[in-house]
Amino acid sequence: MKLNRRTIFGTLTAGALAMSMAACGGGGSDDEGGSGDLASGELNASGASFPDAFYATAIEAYAEVNPDLMVTYNATGSGTGKSEFGEGLNDFAGTDSLVGDDDGVEAGSFQYIPTVAAPITVSYNLPGVDGLQIDQETLAGIFQGDITAWNDPAIAAANPEATLPDTAITLAVRSDGSGTTTNFSKFLDEATEAWTLGSGDTIEWPGNAVAGEKNTGVAQVIQDTEGAIGYVDLADANEVGLVTAAVENADGAFVAPSLEGATAALDGAVVEDDLSYNPLNAAGAEAYPITAPTYLLIRTEYEDADIAAGVKEFVEYLLTDGQELAAEADFAALPAGLQEQALEALNSTIAD
Amino acid sequence: MTATATPEAPAEVDLGGEARARRTDRGFRALVTLAGLTVLIVLGLILVTTSVRAWPAFSEEGPFGFMFGTRWAPNDDVFGTFPMLYGTLVTSVIAMIIAVPVSIGIALFITEVAHRRARKYIVTVIDLLATVPSVVFGLVGVLVVVPAITPAYQWFADLVAPVPGLNAVFDETNTGRNYITASLVLAIMAIPIITSIAREVFATVPETDKQAAYALGATRWEMVKGAILPHSFGGLVGASMLGLGRAMGETIAVALVIGGSVSMSANLFEPGNTMAAIIAQQWGESSGLHTDALIAIGVELFAITVIINFLARVVVRRAEIKMKGAHS
Repeated sequence: MKLNRRTIFGTLTAGALAMSMAACGGGGSDDEGGSGDLASGELNASGASFPDAFYATAIEAYAEVNPDLMVTYNATGSGTGKSEFGEGLNDFAGTDSLVGDDDGVEAGSFQYIPTVAAPITVSYNLPGVDGLQIDQETLAGIFQGDITAWNDPAIAAANPEATLPDTAITLAVRSDGSGTTTNFSKFLDEATEAWTLGSGDTIEWPGNAVAGEKNTGVAQVIQDTEGAIGYVDLADANEVGLVTAAVENADGAFVAPSLEGATAALDGAVVEDDLSYNPLNAAGAEAYPITAPTYLLIRTEYEDADIAAGVKEFVEYLLTDGQELAAEADFAALPAGLQEQALEALNSTIAD
Repeated sequence: MTATATPEAPAEVDLGGEARARRTDRGFRALVTLAGLTVLIVLGLILVTTSVRAWPAFSEEGPFGFMFGTRWAPNDDVFGTFPMLYGTLVTSVIAMIIAVPVSIGIALFITEVAHRRARKYIVTVIDLLATVPSVVFGLVGVLVVVPAITPAYQWFADLVAPVPGLNAVFDETNTGRNYITASLVLAIMAIPIITSIAREVFATVPETDKQAAYALGATRWEMVKGAILPHSFGGLVGASMLGLGRAMGETIAVALVIGGSVSMSANLFEPGNTMAAIIAQQWGESSGLHTDALIAIGVELFAITVIINFLARVVVRRAEIKMKGAHS
């Protein structure tokens, strides 16, 4: 039933989209003479929910810069965003994970544009204990169920000063498939020897895991469960005031999650030719090790020139003035070098 | 067809044009047949389209492996749904154990005990409960019930700790997101449905039967037991089945409170998952075979619901035959 409703809904949105595209196509050609440089019409985007707070802030601010270009971003999740991109249902998509073989997006039909990054915090609920330090192997042990109590010697070793209770550990994880899970598990997979659960947007968590929906749901689980530990983005952890742990990075330093730590991780990451990059466990003493990137997918070919102009204008805004809004939404801006590369890629993908 | 049938309808009143009336009748017949067929067509289309999309998942695992496999690992392309099937059955059955007696109690109270003036208000309130959107139940469950009830669960687990058997079913916990919370929320959601049908069913018990019971010297309870309940058995099974259907298919409220963990545990205080809930949770980020597997869960749920309804029908028919036999 649920599925059927979704299909109908999909059809309706597709129809509405077609109509709106037709409408703005017509509108565009009407005022081509006098509208100056700014694009107009409607842009439809969907995808990752992780950067939604940043995109929402940027879209709101952008409406004041150019009120004629209406941008909507639907936080449907990276998977849906990518498959809608493949079906031509959106004008650009947001994704936390790279495009895979079975995502329904044709190779060569898109360009990655990195927009912002954000630290994924390891937050916990243990009354009376804060400023916990967790090394990488211990983190892997906790999240695959090898370490089940807070007073485990492995945790105590890195925290000689803390008084750890014998409370059982409850893992707070994501119930929905998520780019946050992908990045968190990828970090454990790449950084540690002990991790055996692999990486992906859903993980077979051990039996002491409780799942919440989206970042807010996980934050909720941590908040109302004594002894819980989970991975949440910085914005949601701050929102409910969760206590976060300092995580050991590649240089062996314990770094608490912060935007500065995330930007430092971006600086230390190697950027590939297609602009994908991996800031997880990046080098640098200041770098926060669990920093997740997020991208937009833009098309290499747009059928409608007005849409192309709109996408270019909006994405350019995201990469320039929009970057200053990132911190407001608890996201880390791109370092200058990567920002430059992203703008270059945008300009060469969508010609004027 | 609609256009020709409606304006001519009044013609039937003046008995003059018999031919015209017959034509109207035929039009009406076609119209309602079409309406009736719509249900079948829609149901058929749902079954066909979902089965087609689910096919890759079924053929990957085999229908048996898909249903009884205990490992659900989308990143390894392994899809066994038994933990979800278990969760669905456990939560629905517990919900029914709570909801059916309560609902029958409410319905008996309304029809037999409550003052006539109070009756009206009680019915309105119960019906209001039925109109509350399920996501509201889910949110109340996760924001209010879960934090508040966790200590109660812990207290109960400590209480039954020395009792063998019970201590396995109600074992230690530090989370309120579990099978029991989901069952409680489902029970509250099913109560208005079961109550309102049970009420209708009780209202159909002939007044003469009840009076006859009283005339034989029955107390009120004996009258309920001897006249109302036997007469209503089939209807009550039907009401419970509707409630069960709601409980098994309920998605968002369960997704919020059950804890979303793909594991099976005899401990009802442990988090689990249900078939409907996992579809809602994982749909957004799924792709490829994972999506197909989620659709396949939908097909599986559909099939199970049909089977349970069919069994319920058999139960009702048996009971009715037995009752009629006893009467004659």
